Amino acid sequence: MESIGVLMMCPMNSYLENELEKRFNLLRFWTSPEKSVLLETHRNSIRAVVGNAFVGADAQLINDLPKLEIVSSFSVGLDKIDLGVCKDKGIHVTNTPDVLTEDVADLAIGLILALLRRLCECDRYVRSGKWKQGDFKLTTKFSGKSVGIIGLGRIGTAIAKRAEAFSCPINYYSRTVKPDVAYKYYPTVVDLAKNSDILVVACPLSDETRHIVNRQVMDALGPKGVLINIGRGPHVDEQELVKALTEGRLGGAALDVFEKEPHVPEELFGLENVVLLPHVGSGTVETRNAMADLVVGNLEAHFSGKSLLTPVV
Amino acid sequence: MTTTSITQVLPRVLFVKRHAAMGVLGDSFVASTKFEVLKAFESPLPLPEFLADQSHPVSAIIAPVAVPVTADLIRLLPNLRLVVTTSTGVDHVDLVECRRRGISVANAGSSYSEDVADTAVGLLIDVFRRISAANRFVKQRLWPLKGDYPLGSKLGRKRIGIVGLGSIGSMVATRLEAFGCQISYSSRNRKPSFPYHYYVDVHEMAANSDALVICCELNDKTLHLINRDVFAALGKQGVIVNVARGGIIDEGEMVRCLREGEIGGAGLDVFEDEPNVPKELFELDNVVLSPHCAYTSLEGLEQLGKVLVGNIEAFFSNKPLLTPVL
Repeated sequence: MESIGVLMMCPMNSYLENELEKRFNLLRFWTSPEKSVLLETHRNSIRAVVGNAFVGADAQLINDLPKLEIVSSFSVGLDKIDLGVCKDKGIHVTNTPDVLTEDVADLAIGLILALLRRLCECDRYVRSGKWKQGDFKLTTKFSGKSVGIIGLGRIGTAIAKRAEAFSCPINYYSRTVKPDVAYKYYPTVVDLAKNSDILVVACPLSDETRHIVNRQVMDALGPKGVLINIGRGPHVDEQELVKALTEGRLGGAALDVFEKEPHVPEELFGLENVVLLPHVGSGTVETRNAMADLVVGNLEAHFSGKSLLTPVV
Repeated sequence: MTTTSITQVLPRVLFVKRHAAMGVLGDSFVASTKFEVLKAFESPLPLPEFLADQSHPVSAIIAPVAVPVTADLIRLLPNLRLVVTTSTGVDHVDLVECRRRGISVANAGSSYSEDVADTAVGLLIDVFRRISAANRFVKQRLWPLKGDYPLGSKLGRKRIGIVGLGSIGSMVATRLEAFGCQISYSSRNRKPSFPYHYYVDVHEMAANSDALVICCELNDKTLHLINRDVFAALGKQGVIVNVARGGIIDEGEMVRCLREGEIGGAGLDVFEDEPNVPKELFELDNVVLSPHCAYTSLEGLEQLGKVLVGNIEAFFSNKPLLTPVL
């Protein structure tokens, strides 16, 4: 398989790079100063693309690679891949579901606690020596607060299970009601926001869910409500979010994702009711290794004519 | 028919130091029609003079951790019959002296057990997933410059050893179970109603754990319970979370282990000499620090106020205390 060209779109994981290099002819898109030259030179040998949450395979790239057979994403989200074009051309697509579910759900709860109990601000308070001048102010309890989840898929369900251990009543919004679920369904995101203390974004990003958290939803959540985004930046109207937070119309936000990563709106840096993370939802050694194994496993299966492990298309 | 009204003197309850809750809840924090609160902190007089100035003697005291109820303080209050603490821990109360004088003691019970358990879990996730450190990274504008943040460690399937399985420890356990953690505990006595593995010896539990969460009380047996041997057993990847009392950990030893990479990280809400925190910890990214506020949520303190008032009212109506210690 050493002659098979695999194009990796950006640095994502050195273990993955090493494993790909052992088996294929790995081409690193980001190291080439002239990307169009790289594509031109290798257009007939590149049979696979490995992308992630930041860079995937858009229509232009797919059209530039006539021998492309499979796109294997180092992510569960598929918003950076033009699935329509892949389907038309019979190009397989795989992702990394399940292995990252727990980490993302763990982080969602970690963010809720960090935000409501001001853990990051407390840490800053101690490190700055301010504790010697007086106690930190009162914070907000998490246990027992209502949690509203947008999207009750694998990740949303895992978040619900964890929040239940904190005695939180669970509400959710989904395209359709889930019949076997004991949580309270709301037919619109605004209704969900109105009836929840904590709103968590956990659905896939698509044309329908872009800016699903808009000004109306934020106003419904209100000055005592908080927003947690572990989905994709474009789920939230970021400009409106900044306004809602700086004007005090929204109680707080904890964000792992942004519309234009790694760019984060300046106005958020000084707010003590905001926690910001650099897209680390699946960012543990254990999970990234498991994701890498899936990417490699899917490519190996494809090129040996076996069934794909985690196909999407 | 006329009834003779007997003017009753309400019991006087001494409040030496202003509690954080009063900043938000005001006097309603411990208001009652059945007793009168004497706020010594509002007087410029030193305590003995303040007390001498009162028309009626003090019969109860509200004792936050910052105001130890020592034999000397008790001597200033010859009519003292009840001590109510604003904490679950009573290590700041001279129980021997109270017992000798027949003074009853009540604590905060489990008013804010949930809050403390929530913070313990929050600190544990923060250390494993580097939340505070990564938040600093982003807010310092380093993400566009430095790229991806270093990976954290998965919480699922981690072995968590809980030291002390009381009200707080058991709540920490049920929360962490939902994350897929394997729970074990060490306690004075085995608790057969809980399904977790029991260790008589903390050292052995540390050797078989990825993290220790300290939830026990501070007493003679638990002072410096977490020492050099326990840290060595916990190991280089091991994490320690303390939401109980600073004195349970040999702090100097812990600082040394953290600096030399002999343990993997720590989440600490309490310290041996609050509000002083060893400066060496400020250089470390794998440590999350909190100014003893695991219990201070608004809701938890409202609940605490109810328990304080409930205990005092019960005592002076000759009813059983809600949360008796002595």
